[in-house]
Amino acid sequence: QQQHEDLSAKKLRLTKPSKSAALHVDLCKATSPADALQYLLQFARKPVEVESVEGVVRILLEHYYKENDASVRLKIASLLGLLSKTAGFSPDCIVDDAINTLQNEKSHQVLAQLLDTLLVIGTKLTENPAVRMRLVEVACKHLTDSSHGVRNKCLQLIGCLGPVEKGVAKEAESQAAKDVQKIIGDHFNDQDPRVRTAAIKAMLQLHERGLKLQQAIYSQACKLLADDYEQVRSAGTGCVQSDSKCCIVPIPSSNEEIRLVDDAFGKICHMVSDGSWVVRVQAAKLLGSMQQVSSHFLEQTLDKKLMSDLRRKRTAHERAKELYSSGEFSSGRKWGDDAPKEEIDTGAVNLIESGACGAFVHGLEDEMYEVRIAAVEALCMLAQSSPAFAEKCLDFLVDMFNDEIEEVRLQSIHTMRKISNNITLREDQLDTVLTVLEDSSRDIREALHELLCCTNVSTKEGIHLALVELLKNLTKYPTDRESIWKCLKFLGSRHPTLVLPLVPELLSTHPFFDTPEPDMDDPAYIAVLVLIFNAAKSCPTMPALFSDHTFRHYAYLRDSLSHLVPPLRLPGRKLVSSPVSPSVTPHEDPSQQFLHQSLERVYNLQHLDPQGIQELLEFTIRDLQRLGELQSELAGMADFTATYLQCQLLLIKALQEKLWNVAAPLYLKQNALASAAAKQILEETYKMEFMYSGVESKQVVIIHHMRLQAKALQLIVTARTTRGVEPLFGMCEKFLQEVDSFQRCFISELPHMQGSFVDKLLDLMPRLVTSKPSEVVKILQTTLRQSTFLHLPLPEQLHKATANIIEPTGESDNPLRFTSGLVVALDIDATLEHVQDPQGTVKVQVLYPDGQAQIIHPKPADFRNPGPGRHRLITQVYLSHTAWTEPCQIEVRLLLAYNSNRSKASAKIPKPTWSESLEALPPSENGIEGTIPFSKPVKVYIMPKPARR
Amino acid sequence: MPEIKVTPLGAGQDVGRSCILVSIAGKNVMLDCGMHMGYNDDRRFPDFSYITQNGRLTDFLDCVIISHFHLDHCGALPYFSEMVGYDGPIYMTHPTKAICPILLEDYRKITVDKKGETNFFTSQMIKDCMKKVVAVHLHQTVQVDEELEIKAYYAGHVLGAAMFQIKVGCESVVYTGDYNMTPDRHLGAAWVDKCRPDLLITESTYATTIRDSKRCRERDFLKKVHETVERGGKVLIPVFALGRAQELCILLETFWERMNLKAPIYFSTGLTEKANHYYKLFITWTNQKIRKTFVQRNMFEFKHIKAFDRAFADNPGPMVVFATPGMLHAGQSLQIFRKWAGNEKNMVIMPGYCVQGTVGHKILSGQRKLEMEGRQILEVKMQVEYMSFSAHADAKGIMQLIRQAEPRNVLLVHGEAKKMEFLKQKIEQEFHVSCYMPANGETTTIFTNPSIPVDIALGLLKRETAIGLLPDAKKPKLMHGTLIMKDTSFRLVSPEQALKELGLAEHQLRFTCRVHIQDPRKEHETVLRVYNHLKGHILKDYSVQHLPDGSITVESILIQATAHSEDQGTKVLLVSWTYQDEELGSYLTSLLKKGLPQST
Repeated sequence: QQQHEDLSAKKLRLTKPSKSAALHVDLCKATSPADALQYLLQFARKPVEVESVEGVVRILLEHYYKENDASVRLKIASLLGLLSKTAGFSPDCIVDDAINTLQNEKSHQVLAQLLDTLLVIGTKLTENPAVRMRLVEVACKHLTDSSHGVRNKCLQLIGCLGPVEKGVAKEAESQAAKDVQKIIGDHFNDQDPRVRTAAIKAMLQLHERGLKLQQAIYSQACKLLADDYEQVRSAGTGCVQSDSKCCIVPIPSSNEEIRLVDDAFGKICHMVSDGSWVVRVQAAKLLGSMQQVSSHFLEQTLDKKLMSDLRRKRTAHERAKELYSSGEFSSGRKWGDDAPKEEIDTGAVNLIESGACGAFVHGLEDEMYEVRIAAVEALCMLAQSSPAFAEKCLDFLVDMFNDEIEEVRLQSIHTMRKISNNITLREDQLDTVLTVLEDSSRDIREALHELLCCTNVSTKEGIHLALVELLKNLTKYPTDRESIWKCLKFLGSRHPTLVLPLVPELLSTHPFFDTPEPDMDDPAYIAVLVLIFNAAKSCPTMPALFSDHTFRHYAYLRDSLSHLVPPLRLPGRKLVSSPVSPSVTPHEDPSQQFLHQSLERVYNLQHLDPQGIQELLEFTIRDLQRLGELQSELAGMADFTATYLQCQLLLIKALQEKLWNVAAPLYLKQNALASAAAKQILEETYKMEFMYSGVESKQVVIIHHMRLQAKALQLIVTARTTRGVEPLFGMCEKFLQEVDSFQRCFISELPHMQGSFVDKLLDLMPRLVTSKPSEVVKILQTTLRQSTFLHLPLPEQLHKATANIIEPTGESDNPLRFTSGLVVALDIDATLEHVQDPQGTVKVQVLYPDGQAQIIHPKPADFRNPGPGRHRLITQVYLSHTAWTEPCQIEVRLLLAYNSNRSKASAKIPKPTWSESLEALPPSENGIEGTIPFSKPVKVYIMPKPARR
Repeated sequence: MPEIKVTPLGAGQDVGRSCILVSIAGKNVMLDCGMHMGYNDDRRFPDFSYITQNGRLTDFLDCVIISHFHLDHCGALPYFSEMVGYDGPIYMTHPTKAICPILLEDYRKITVDKKGETNFFTSQMIKDCMKKVVAVHLHQTVQVDEELEIKAYYAGHVLGAAMFQIKVGCESVVYTGDYNMTPDRHLGAAWVDKCRPDLLITESTYATTIRDSKRCRERDFLKKVHETVERGGKVLIPVFALGRAQELCILLETFWERMNLKAPIYFSTGLTEKANHYYKLFITWTNQKIRKTFVQRNMFEFKHIKAFDRAFADNPGPMVVFATPGMLHAGQSLQIFRKWAGNEKNMVIMPGYCVQGTVGHKILSGQRKLEMEGRQILEVKMQVEYMSFSAHADAKGIMQLIRQAEPRNVLLVHGEAKKMEFLKQKIEQEFHVSCYMPANGETTTIFTNPSIPVDIALGLLKRETAIGLLPDAKKPKLMHGTLIMKDTSFRLVSPEQALKELGLAEHQLRFTCRVHIQDPRKEHETVLRVYNHLKGHILKDYSVQHLPDGSITVESILIQATAHSEDQGTKVLLVSWTYQDEELGSYLTSLLKKGLPQST
């Protein structure tokens, strides 16, 4: 990006004499401050090249001293800052001038701006301690300014540039070696709240840069928590938190140090009930980062002593727990069981606790959902580091599932999932959790399924309850099918022993009577089977309980839903996988072995006759495709290699066409096949390059090589079918250029490509460049035929980008009616897997029956990221068309856009920022853009009606 | 000494009939004007004769402020303004102004039409009374007259409930009315800025209670209702028409929708529908969720909740009924209660506070046999549940509000004496502010220490700040000047200007002091010794000069030495200073009195 801009800037320089000179002329021409301001504004819009920065700065300074109008000086000051930011420019030379400008400046605003400029300069010269010291000194001098803006900037500057190591500072300069901490600390009680805030921020900045804060600062910061202004309190909270971390109490043996963290924790907890919600959010967030706090304090945050008429009362949570532990599940509450118990000693009740009491209780029922979310996040972080706390906060998290705002509910479900390793759900908690399954929001339900996937349930009743609720969910929302099956898969495999006693009931088998065979297509029945089969995997006694049809159903499901049903060792049944070794590690996985074996086989095909080669390739491709369907974890790998072999097969077939032996123009029909093959190979190579995640440069070379071969083929075909030599010149040239760029890009990989097409071609390169197109074609043809087949090394992990449109289902017979000329919104819901950067690459294509195609770019916000490697696209596309006489189907599909510039081989180009993207960038020359359809098209019935008059 | 006087006419160590008189800096304000639920005789209204025996009330009161529309805060308003006679302004928020007359009319109907009372206010009186009302917005400062200003803060509790700050000069009082510090399904939490009033008058209904989190309460409530309905029982929820009712409606409505339940929910008709209409209108007064989602759907447009007809009470099958009033003391809720009380499948949920003497209070305290009108005994078999959904701040909430506002004094009203006692002790202990809890008719006097703003001449200010250290906002600074009080204005000017303005000549005031020193040497030698002594290190920062005429000046202080007329060994040091240098002068004297150091 930067390069592009520089390029254009350079072009500009050719036409204009010089930036600085032009500016000088402009500024001299300016008659009024307003004019000068206009010139400066115009000037600021254009970039300045590195070499002329200094000149421009001099001119600006010159005008600065002449100028009487404060606004112009302000602009100049800000320009100075901007200019010193220029990449490659070292502002050493202008430090003195910049500091000098401060001397006689009267306007506070200009002063503030100048200090800002100094800050920019200082940050660019971080390695120069002397300059930094000078700047800090200047800032200290201006700290007494009466304007808050100036003081703010001074503090900011000190914070950013102040010396962090005390020792060094003292040596450097005696008088300036003032304790920056003390200077900033003094401004903690400045009269202006903005300055106070700036002082705290400066202190935090120092701390971030590695300064150890003194303990005095901690007590000062604590005082700020009672400030009248919310920004001060908010920043102060942050200060207390970071102070507590790094303040080292001199006595190392005692536990003083720990107590400081606890003290700070208590103070921040107090801020959770602050009057301003900004502060509350800040406090709640910070609580999450204080994981060193002692468990005693941590548990207090969930504790709120209840009382009623001065008598102690138990919380609903305590009561629920007691009910559960007494073995009484029925929740019909008896009258008065929350009746207050013992009398409370009035003296002992502390209404405003100094400690952490009930901070989270308050935070979780805050008025603003921002605070609640922050509290849930903090809970999550603390619970992850403390299992005991995780157990305790469970009740509160479960309660949050009933929050009125969906975001909060979602967040708390996610939180629960994250801490689920540490916890086991009690039945009554599970009950509350499961009621959320009926939520109408799909996000919530799916999050809950995810949660259930990794929850520990303690009893078999719990499992049963979960299953029943999930089935209820399934009947209510059939679209959740996949998600529910997956959830049950994990539920089964996690709790085999709890599922075992439930099996007869679930399969409704009877010891004496045969029960009717359930419908195999019933999703609910499949769900039950998924649960059982996954449990059976680690519970060998379970299959004994199955009836005959269960075994049949197993075989069917193992085949059709292989990703959900694990291989089982069933009596009287030999499984391909089981005899080898019961515990297979992924590397010795037989299917992986099979993959490698079949590839080995293929690589030896050089020695076969053409007919044999073709057959072998065809078989292998078929095998691989089947393997991919069966083994979901190998699907990416298998598809990738299959595609590669397919390309090879096409190439071989094309080269064996008869057309090569016959005079060219007679066989137009045959060459259609060859050119189609070339085209298809090209397409497939793009797919290989862009549709798989995990492709490394080793593979990219092979892919590009294949593409090169396809292009050669194209060239040959064209040469044979067209008359005249003129068009060939251009093509040859282009081809040779591509070979050249291939060589440049992959120079490091060339040694591995012995005997390949490119290898031979490069040997012949000197001859090719000088020869005529017809000769080139001839050479190419022979090289293409003689070249060997390259091995495709497989990367560790390879995943194919897939997309599945869930909605619209394409099953509806009711056309979507709308008035022609107006638009109708079509809801699209799709899952994407293994798509990198979906926001930039995934498009929606709508094909109308008249062949008209429309490509829609979904908004970035429409993509959600439910898990690693997975995305969900929930968006709306607007359709419109002129009137039709009858309803017709349109096709909707997802496209993956690619751009060879963005390919993994080339270096990552930073995305243009907002302002830069406004100026259209020239598309780079060798960038090839295109789209790959990667989802099944879905048909939607629509009917644009003519508008009624 | 300036003082604030507070006299509760109602709600002093009591719940109900809120009416508090406040006189602050010569202004008299009446806060709330409510009736008492527990009485049907004269005691139901505050005793306005306390204010004045004869003559119009208007002459004695500058304004009346109504915090919210509950009858125990506004029930006596028409009686007060129309029957006793008050024509001054009455302040309340917009929602209160809208809903208040509906409730008053309902109250009037019950009293006059049902109980056949005479000598009660009429519909016309309610209308006339409402004409005197001035509506205010939240955080709007309303100038009642030149000095008195009031400002409303959000109080939660019910729609339109507000806390009021009453301010005269720099003395201020904050009256909370009823408020809620925890948000609920339809309203937000009370909020007040750090206004540091001289006095905070706060309600203390739940002075001795710390409540569980509202989520548990909600879940419990839903569970109870759900279970009863699944059993086929009927649920009666007595509510006051406005406030809790709407919260519970929203809660049940969303629950019904989520769980797809079919049992009917009824809401007793009449004023409720009108009131719901206002809830739909005043969306800005509700909580974050409702405010944000009303564009898609106004939460107060219920789908599952229908209007109740008396005949429905006998219908078979499960149902949920919200009926008024909330304490089961009269009206529809009592009727339904009598019908359903006999069946143990049914349930009554009391979602709020019940005043002593009401049926609600009796059943909550565990009484299973009630004596109804006409000596009839009603046996209560249905389940009785209490869900503290009452939207008052609990003890923690009250403390939280005090912490937010940082008042100098706290006064508790609207609560039971015994409970107040506890809270009072806690407040004094934890905030170190004095706390009061006057009974009805008892006057509390609070002395204030108001700061008085004074205009200072710019020249003087600059001159004085230039002396000494940099100004520090947090520390008081000593200044010298002349205060001129003319009419009601105060000005601080330099002495010279004051003299000029008043046409007076300047008089110099000097203090002279003699110090005897034993020193046998000559006078000028003594002077030199004194000079060296002073010059040496004690008065390093001051200009000490030895004048040729044999005297020493320290700044403007003159020191001369003469020999004692009788004893030549004793020298008399004459120290003279003007009154402006009093500090330095007395310091010097004391220094010299200690004598000179022996060695020279």
